[in-house]
Amino acid sequence: MDWGAIFGNAAVELISPTTAAYALAALGLAIHFGYTGLLNFGQAGFMLLGAYGYAIPALKLGWPVWACLLTSIVASVIFALILGIPTLRLRADYLAIVTIAAAEVLRLVFTTNEFAAVTGSANGLSEYQRGILEFNPFPQGRYGFGPWVFDNRVWFFLVIAWIVVALAAVFTWLIMRSPWGRVVKGIREDEDAVRALGKNVYSYKMQSLILGGLFGTFAGILFVLPRAVVPSYFQPSLTFFVYAILLLGGAATILGPIVGSIVFWVLLSFFSGFIARAVEQGWLPFMTQVQAGQIRFILVGVAIMLIVVFMPQGILGNKKELAFVK
Amino acid sequence: MSSETAPTAKPVKTTGLHVGDAAPGVKKVDPILIADGVKRTFGGLTAVDVEHVEIPRNAITALIGPNGAGKTTFFNLLTGFDKPDTGTWSFEGKPLAHVPAYRVARMGLIRTFQLTKSLALLSVMDNMKLGAKGQTGENLFRGLIPAIWRKQDSEIETKALDLLGRFKLDAKKDDYAASLSGGQRKLLEMARALMSDPTLVMLDEPMAGVNPALTQSLLDHILNLKQEGMTVLFVEHDMHMVRHIADWVIVMAEGRVVAEGDPHTVMQDPAVIDAYLGAHHDADLGATDTEHVEALKELIDDEQ
Amino acid sequence: MAEDGSAATEEAEEFEFNIRGVVQNDGEPVEGVKISVEGGGFEADTETDAEGRWTIGVPDKEETYEVTLDEDTLPEGVVVAEGSSTREATFGQTKNVTVAFFLGEGERVTVSFFDQLVQRLVSGLNFGLLLALAAIGLSLIFGTTGLSNFAHAELITFGALMVLTFGVNLAWPLWLAILTALVLSAALGWSLDAVIWKPLRRKGVGLIQLMIVSIGLSLALRYTFQFFYGGSTSQLPGATLPSDIRFGAVALSWVDLVSMGVSIVVLLLVAFFLLRTRIGKATRAVSDNASLASASGIDVDRVIRIVWVLGALLAGLSGILWAYFRPGVSWDMGFQILLLVFAAVTLGGLGTAFGALVGSLIVGLFVEVSTLWLPSDMKYVGALVILILVLLFRPQGILGRRERIG
Repeated sequence: MDWGAIFGNAAVELISPTTAAYALAALGLAIHFGYTGLLNFGQAGFMLLGAYGYAIPALKLGWPVWACLLTSIVASVIFALILGIPTLRLRADYLAIVTIAAAEVLRLVFTTNEFAAVTGSANGLSEYQRGILEFNPFPQGRYGFGPWVFDNRVWFFLVIAWIVVALAAVFTWLIMRSPWGRVVKGIREDEDAVRALGKNVYSYKMQSLILGGLFGTFAGILFVLPRAVVPSYFQPSLTFFVYAILLLGGAATILGPIVGSIVFWVLLSFFSGFIARAVEQGWLPFMTQVQAGQIRFILVGVAIMLIVVFMPQGILGNKKELAFVK
Repeated sequence: MSSETAPTAKPVKTTGLHVGDAAPGVKKVDPILIADGVKRTFGGLTAVDVEHVEIPRNAITALIGPNGAGKTTFFNLLTGFDKPDTGTWSFEGKPLAHVPAYRVARMGLIRTFQLTKSLALLSVMDNMKLGAKGQTGENLFRGLIPAIWRKQDSEIETKALDLLGRFKLDAKKDDYAASLSGGQRKLLEMARALMSDPTLVMLDEPMAGVNPALTQSLLDHILNLKQEGMTVLFVEHDMHMVRHIADWVIVMAEGRVVAEGDPHTVMQDPAVIDAYLGAHHDADLGATDTEHVEALKELIDDEQ
Repeated sequence: MAEDGSAATEEAEEFEFNIRGVVQNDGEPVEGVKISVEGGGFEADTETDAEGRWTIGVPDKEETYEVTLDEDTLPEGVVVAEGSSTREATFGQTKNVTVAFFLGEGERVTVSFFDQLVQRLVSGLNFGLLLALAAIGLSLIFGTTGLSNFAHAELITFGALMVLTFGVNLAWPLWLAILTALVLSAALGWSLDAVIWKPLRRKGVGLIQLMIVSIGLSLALRYTFQFFYGGSTSQLPGATLPSDIRFGAVALSWVDLVSMGVSIVVLLLVAFFLLRTRIGKATRAVSDNASLASASGIDVDRVIRIVWVLGALLAGLSGILWAYFRPGVSWDMGFQILLLVFAAVTLGGLGTAFGALVGSLIVGLFVEVSTLWLPSDMKYVGALVILILVLLFRPQGILGRRERIG
């Protein structure tokens, strides 16, 4: 049993750019769900728009990095507006269904062969990172320490990712302790009461949707940078994973999404690695390697159920707060 | 204010509010709110059908009537929480029909709710601060920079502390609103409503669910509002309370205004007795029904 | 900029680069078949000669050209058997490139638009009916408990998987396998309510949390199915029967007919249950207003249990019919149509069984008919867009009540 590899791979997840990307997506959902009470189940859609919004101009039009980022941002805001205008006055679970449907429509549009010339359809896009890699200060090669050995591209993306996460966390912390944050938290509790106090609830919900959506969009970019952009990444299960991370860490906290993402990926990697090697060693004769890979998802599903019922405040959440939740 | 420490004196009633005979829709000397032809139907049922009603300024007006009379629906319509089929109404001369609820509130018309909406997972102080108007920090970009809104926030905090003190809730200012008792939450909702210095305060059943020990305190607070120059309109079932503090009474039944007048004479009006089906005209209609039965009655009314 | 199609030999003299080929059917050359070439702004066509040969000259070897064989110029009963009638040609190092077309026997049937429409309508009806079976369960569960049950997808898949297990893997007679599958589906519904949903209701867990639990359950069940059944698609017995029953322009297999017949019969039975039986009326009462029903003495927990059993049974049946419609059984087949089922329920009105039926038929028809205009890998987009539009303009759906939504 190669414990070294199992622990090593798990340790890698502590700082990998994927962990950071999920943390940022979860932070976006914390704004939506944790603080404002918006049940946005289309975060995968925002992430998809970030990824394609960046990659398409980069690859097909040769635009510079800042222009590609701008495209992603514009796409994200438009999506949030289209999503928000009709649905923000709906009940929570209606919003969930509509946002999942909208994200799926996006994914189908980017998968269809009709637009393959622009989107690459199911095969996706790659080699769009040339523009941003020009800024890479890390020298060529693979290096690092202990289990954390990556090539210079991954080091670069990793550093960018965690800096963005840190900035987003500070930003969120600042606005949530401001009067704006107070209004938004009030809306989570009871929007009619907040309306009766003279606040334009609809506008606040829209701002929250746009803000959390932008976090998701940046997360989408950070997620695909070390990889190719493929539409099958952005299925509803992506949103479900982000929710798992959010609930695990603590839905209405700043550090919760970050801690949740780290814990989630480390544990998932550990269990996957352990089971894969156990199958290799013949400890689980009834299972194949392929099946070992599927256990991850089963675990996540069960984990979501258990957390929501027994530990709804998550690791960092306030237990007292949840004692009153209906 | 002196009223919270001194024993409650007999309230000074305001008279001479109306012009002419006390009939439904009678004009007032100084109306603050005028409503015309307000109609709301749900499917085949007419919930509200008010031809004309005027609310007098700087007085305490009670809106009473049996369950299902349309009082809360009328409240919702006036404050923008519901859309009427037809009708216009104006507040301080400004038209209010089709104005969204939050703008109505900003114009100085603040309402409370039958089922108290204290924001449970916010602290008492945060609840209060939310009530204040015109906060620069509530803008997303300005909120980012504490230096911009710090000063205003501490001014609001001072005002909140003062109000909380008056309502005897200051000790609880950092507790979650959910940890307050039902009656305390009613007080909080009222205190919060006052943060924006409203002109007209509309209270939807302020006594419902409040234990008798707090009732007197609530009554005093409402009387205070009149003394400070505000106008009060409240919905109630508690006839003792109505007779005690109301200057004017409007009676609704089946969506229409069936009678208006001062509290003592209006209850003798045969139309009012009819509305209450005769048997209970001199008893508290609210007191005999438990909340559960009331809820069921409400449900049955909704079904119709 | 199109060059007009003149004789091949003239073109060959003008241009250096040639695309050429031989058209044969079963070894015999075919004369007079029209071949056209298009690319880089250049167009030309020619006909095969007596040896079945053709050549077209092109100006630029850097371009990729599309070469099309016009099937209308093929003799009766001969079609392009393998691959498309349009192929790409690119030049390598030489000045010539060969393109081959493989012919074989077949019929080219040109179908009129109206005929296609009617075919799609019938197909849509079939799809809508099986969606309705799933949607009614989902709507009743929502009506009685307030839960938006994402795990309904897995209840659908479960029915099909059970028929696969008993009817194919264990080779039981089909009727027995289907019966077993339905019984097991009902049992699954019963267990889910007994083990998960009722205890959570007792605990007072909020509706949003319950919905998230259903999402976790859906994820876990779906991958458990994949764990045991793998990622590929299998077929139920009889799924690949030819569509040889014809009603005018419409081609159906007898499986399609049975599927629609079964759906209609079962839906009528459910309607009878809801309208005429005591339990059915109690179900509608609870679905309409649970607190009022409880106050009238109805045992709400028992009604909810029955709803879960019935809903799971109907979902399982829906899954079996879905397996015949797709055709194919896979671990995520239920999840593929879950959003369509939600769309149907929302369109018809959350919480009403009859609304679910109406909504399902509309969604089913829309999805199928839209393929006349939309590419088939986008056909679900139409239904999803309806879902979003309905929520925009009439969020309570066609038959729903206003108060339930916001």
